[in-house]
Amino acid sequence: MGLSQEADRKIEEIKAKYPNARSAIMPALYMAQEELGHLTGDAIAWVADKVGVSPAHVMEVATFYTMYYKHPVGKYHFQVCRTLSCAIRGAKELTKHLHQKFGILPHEVSGDGMWSYEEVECLGSCGTAPMCEINDVYFENLTPEKLEEIIKELEATQPDIRYSTLKDAIGAGMKNTRSEVI
Amino acid sequence: MSEHLQILLKDIKEPDLHTLEGYEKRGGYQTIRKVLQMDPLKVIEEVKASGLRGRGGAGFPTGLKWSFVPRDTGKPVYLLMNSDESEPGTFKDRVLLEKNPHLCIEGMLIAAWALQSNWSCNYIRGEYAYPYERFNNAVKEAYEKGYLGDGVFGSSFKHDMVTHRGAGAYICGEETGLIESLEGKKGQPRLKPPYPAVVGVYGCPTVVNNTETLATLPWIMQHGGSEYAAIGTEKSTGTKLFSASGHINKPGVYEVELGYPILDFIKNECGGILDGKELKCIIPGGSSVPVLKADELEGVNLDYESIQAAGSMLGSGGFIVMDETTDMVEVALNLAHFYAHESCGQCTPCREGGHWIEKIFKRIAFGQGTERDMDLIKDLCKQIGGHTICPFGDALITPALSCMKKYPDEFKIKIERALNGNPVKATDLHYTF
Ligand SMILES: Cc1cc2nc3c(=O)[nH]c(=O)nc-3n(C[C@H](O)[C@H](O)[C@H](O)COP(=O)(O)O)c2cc1C
Ligand code: FES
Repeated sequence: MGLSQEADRKIEEIKAKYPNARSAIMPALYMAQEELGHLTGDAIAWVADKVGVSPAHVMEVATFYTMYYKHPVGKYHFQVCRTLSCAIRGAKELTKHLHQKFGILPHEVSGDGMWSYEEVECLGSCGTAPMCEINDVYFENLTPEKLEEIIKELEATQPDIRYSTLKDAIGAGMKNTRSEVI
Repeated sequence: MSEHLQILLKDIKEPDLHTLEGYEKRGGYQTIRKVLQMDPLKVIEEVKASGLRGRGGAGFPTGLKWSFVPRDTGKPVYLLMNSDESEPGTFKDRVLLEKNPHLCIEGMLIAAWALQSNWSCNYIRGEYAYPYERFNNAVKEAYEKGYLGDGVFGSSFKHDMVTHRGAGAYICGEETGLIESLEGKKGQPRLKPPYPAVVGVYGCPTVVNNTETLATLPWIMQHGGSEYAAIGTEKSTGTKLFSASGHINKPGVYEVELGYPILDFIKNECGGILDGKELKCIIPGGSSVPVLKADELEGVNLDYESIQAAGSMLGSGGFIVMDETTDMVEVALNLAHFYAHESCGQCTPCREGGHWIEKIFKRIAFGQGTERDMDLIKDLCKQIGGHTICPFGDALITPALSCMKKYPDEFKIKIERALNGNPVKATDLHYTF
């Protein structure tokens, strides 16, 4: 069991860019996650095989970084920033809203597989606090009301808002996504 | 428009600045052509003359760092741009990557020429997918134009550039953590020495510079080091980006000359305190530097020396403002949680101590504090500070100690209430879900 042919091709391209192919472990993990949803045993084996290291080494890397999912997440995974600048501008209300709306705890997945959320550390968006990253897109200057509108839109249009290592691009997205910094 | 000299943020609001065409239309990629005609050692001299200090947090002189790179090892020299930007309160590099990626590339090329490096990499934090996409597209454009690759700008100089995506670990901003991560490992910092300039990525001499540092180079090489040195103060030359956040009317990224008074910055750039409230305190340089109370800010300026004299540090320029209603026990808890979560786990004092400190702040905040808790935290901090491989341990204890030192009564009141059977209830907490 492996990944798509496209991934097999892309990983060779990435490996060639670095002085040493081991540097391709992180992008390879992203690709495996992109195709399999989270890092299954197959995903780890694929990365180890392609990069030429042991599965134990790949597992060690995968477990060190929070953006590699070792367990399934919802189709839309919300990461609410809880660090100081967001906290003092009302981040707690966002998390509370998600908790009530989805009826689940952080890191749980809703029954329909659509939603999950967690609190994360500073996302470098403190000037547009409070904020939340959904999949790979930032939603800034939020209120619970704005968050609710976003959830409605996600539900209705189910846009692709993930970063694709295979395509080197963020999915076509929603009409309202944009960076609000500066 | 700002009345301050804008070296980095000039044209930043132009919607096409991120494209190669938009950048060149405004004079971009002219300086590197000139630099490629220069003796690389002269470039280093020029940067030394500018007095430019690293903008990633430590403020180390950039030209001096470059001069430590040995040129006769027969090994390649690598250049890394540090766009990990994870210090709480900091979001300036994101603006450069998103809005002016070609300025970053031109800066990297200038450094690459000075160091005679044929390979560079921009390590961008994983959550910055949009800045990553913008920067990566700019690199592609530069390759298509022949500004990167074999023979850049028609010269015989070869330079390849890679964009690398992190995956959510604060510690990868520390330069040796970054190097480990780039080598496909856990981002656990290395013991220094040897410094990366001598032994860096895959054992080769490596320079790690912050995004903002490198983005400043085109201006310096265009106008000359001495002109840059004439801006700011004697030891803090030039301009700097400040990321302003918290209880202020106009949060955002601002570029000001170093030496600009803090109180003017709060009033003019930040637009004053939100809802007409009173200023309580600030954190001037990202969460790892000590808190400064409102009454400590008179006469303090935004430069390395002045902030240090006032008892804090300029750090990354992550400027967090807190109003009179802010609960400092919760601030200490919030940041203790951050450090406990982000410890790389390598050194016992940091890995274990960080969680203890968080646990104790938590019980104080939740109305279960005991009489000896504050001393216990101080004691723990003593065991962590200076006893870890990297400066993360010192960063961890700084907000803990400074919140308790500057606002001891807020801690004592909560502890006393707990002892008197009238504890704070969990529902009274403002910031904790
Ligand atoms: C815990 C820790 C986190 C750091 N995070 C960053 C960061 O996110 N970005 C950065 O540029 N430097 C960061 N640094 C500083 C780097 O180690 C290094 O000094 C810097 O990238 C050098 O570039 P400069 O001289 O241009 O500032 C961090 C340091 C420590 C100890
Ligand atoms: S504190 Fe939330 S983005 Fe920085």
